[in-house]
Amino acid sequence: MGARAPRRRAPGDAPLTAVEGAATFPSRRDYHDAVSRLRDEGFEMCLDLCAVDYLSHFGRRLPPEVSPERFEVVVQLVSVSGRRRVQVRVQVPESDPVLASLWDLYPGVEAMEREAFDMVGIRFAGHPDLTRILMPEDWEGHPLRKDYGVGRVPVQFKDAPGPR
Amino acid sequence: MSEHDMGSGLVQETYEGSQELADRAQTSPEELRRERGAVLRLPEGGAPGSSDVDVERTGDDSMIINLGPQHPSTHGVLRLMMELDGETVLRTKPIIGYLHTGMEKTGEELTYQQGATNVTRMDYLAPLSNELVFALATEKLLGVELPPRAVWIRMLLAELQRVSSHLMWLATNGMDLGSTTMMIFGFREREMVLAFFEKTTGVRMNHNFIRPGGTAADLPDGWEDDVEVICETVLRRLETYDELLTGQPIFRERTEGVGAITAEEAMALSVTGPILRSTGVAWDLRRDMPYLAYDEVDFDVVVGTYGDNFDRYAIRLNEVRESIRIIYQVLDKMPAGDYRVQDKKVTPPPRARIDESMEALIHHFKIFTEGFKVPEGEVYVAVESPRGELGCYLVSDGTAKPYRLHVRAPSFVNLQALPVMLRGGLVADAVATISSVDPVMGEVDR
Repeated sequence: MGARAPRRRAPGDAPLTAVEGAATFPSRRDYHDAVSRLRDEGFEMCLDLCAVDYLSHFGRRLPPEVSPERFEVVVQLVSVSGRRRVQVRVQVPESDPVLASLWDLYPGVEAMEREAFDMVGIRFAGHPDLTRILMPEDWEGHPLRKDYGVGRVPVQFKDAPGPR
Repeated sequence: MSEHDMGSGLVQETYEGSQELADRAQTSPEELRRERGAVLRLPEGGAPGSSDVDVERTGDDSMIINLGPQHPSTHGVLRLMMELDGETVLRTKPIIGYLHTGMEKTGEELTYQQGATNVTRMDYLAPLSNELVFALATEKLLGVELPPRAVWIRMLLAELQRVSSHLMWLATNGMDLGSTTMMIFGFREREMVLAFFEKTTGVRMNHNFIRPGGTAADLPDGWEDDVEVICETVLRRLETYDELLTGQPIFRERTEGVGAITAEEAMALSVTGPILRSTGVAWDLRRDMPYLAYDEVDFDVVVGTYGDNFDRYAIRLNEVRESIRIIYQVLDKMPAGDYRVQDKKVTPPPRARIDESMEALIHHFKIFTEGFKVPEGEVYVAVESPRGELGCYLVSDGTAKPYRLHVRAPSFVNLQALPVMLRGGLVADAVATISSVDPVMGEVDR
């Protein structure tokens, strides 16, 4: 047996994002300006942008001033010169899933925003080519949404009742 | 299924138009400037004029062709639509998604214990890097700290993986430039690494070896000798490659100055890995944001100057040397101890304990039927894969399955640099340039 294992995080512990303190939560209106300011502060690269559908985990822990919405777009910026990262998380409501595109600040988000649109259905205003990127052109629905039916293949056992 | 499901109009008609490259007659001048304009807008006043992008040209003397998705030089099912004027490439649009299998969605249905089997299939030339980033993200959410031996085993495997991936790249890149000798050489040396992986993990690829909580097993007996043989042989053979390619006039002519990209363009396009380093930006997560124990080993970050295909070749070739340098240090410093955390809630108990302890049997049963619960939180972890920054954004809602698993695939983002690199070049060079981006379609489409 090795040394005693260090303590794991328990379900009641503070959420990791609060511990790390590296995330900012701008409102949807400020989002573009906030990222623009961060870029001026030296965050030269936008490494990742993804969207999360919080439909069935609505009560996630957020800073008190942020009111949760169904969708969240998460942007990872990095400062190559300062060797720092920052995370920008913005809430996007279900009724109007539109967000300003970062394409004019970071042209590299083009494919990532297309993926977020394709998979979760966030519409990025100002994106030059907002088409589906992974799914076929005529696909309906956004597969990474939580209410997207995945379907299933019935497993056939001998003498089994038909697919339920 | 929720009450949001029906009648709220969420499943919209989503036909958003064609993904294909539009004909020149249907394309606005702004659109024609995009490949250069989008990137060059950053320095003020750098926007290209009409002379730079020949927007006056009519569609009559150009034609649009498809390269792929079933073309041998596209390294998988990558489809490039190119507008050509004779042999010169005017515009390019990569069209992807042919290998999309919904792995991020699948990841939401698998427990953390099973998740490694899913992510390992994304980048099939560097599966251990994928497992590593997933395991690191899960461990960060769990808050477990690994025993040192697990960390160093992971480093050894990650660096061997880089060697094998770069050797594979050297092989296919040689093939694309007509050097079948290089292809045979690259595959021959990669085979040695894969044989070691098979001995260690049981399979040649898709190992499912690096798991949350450590690794699946300890290294096999005599691993030091195997690794030493690999290192010596590869180092010696690298000299042969130098002789075969680096100094060879035909190879240099085909690669030097071809597919060039500047540092500003690469950073604006979020490009990472050897492509970014080829432009002279010394950005390597292993050095700049160390994970595992990379801050305890000594290695150099290889950078280029011109951002062309030759620089990318030279960088990958020399990164193999640097990786071997790291592997030698791992050989010296490999600590003894356990290869996984002894935390019964996270890792299964040793097989022998199951026979003698009811509790161990219960833990074993629980882990393999239900998985382990991971506390709530969101975490982004990135590692330097052979292709660039490989990131994992993991959201946990406190259950045993990830609520959202997003993988930031380096090839997916790096492909965006292709239109910039190919612009103004020849079709024959396009094949070499596609190869120098090193796209792995399994990772691009996930």
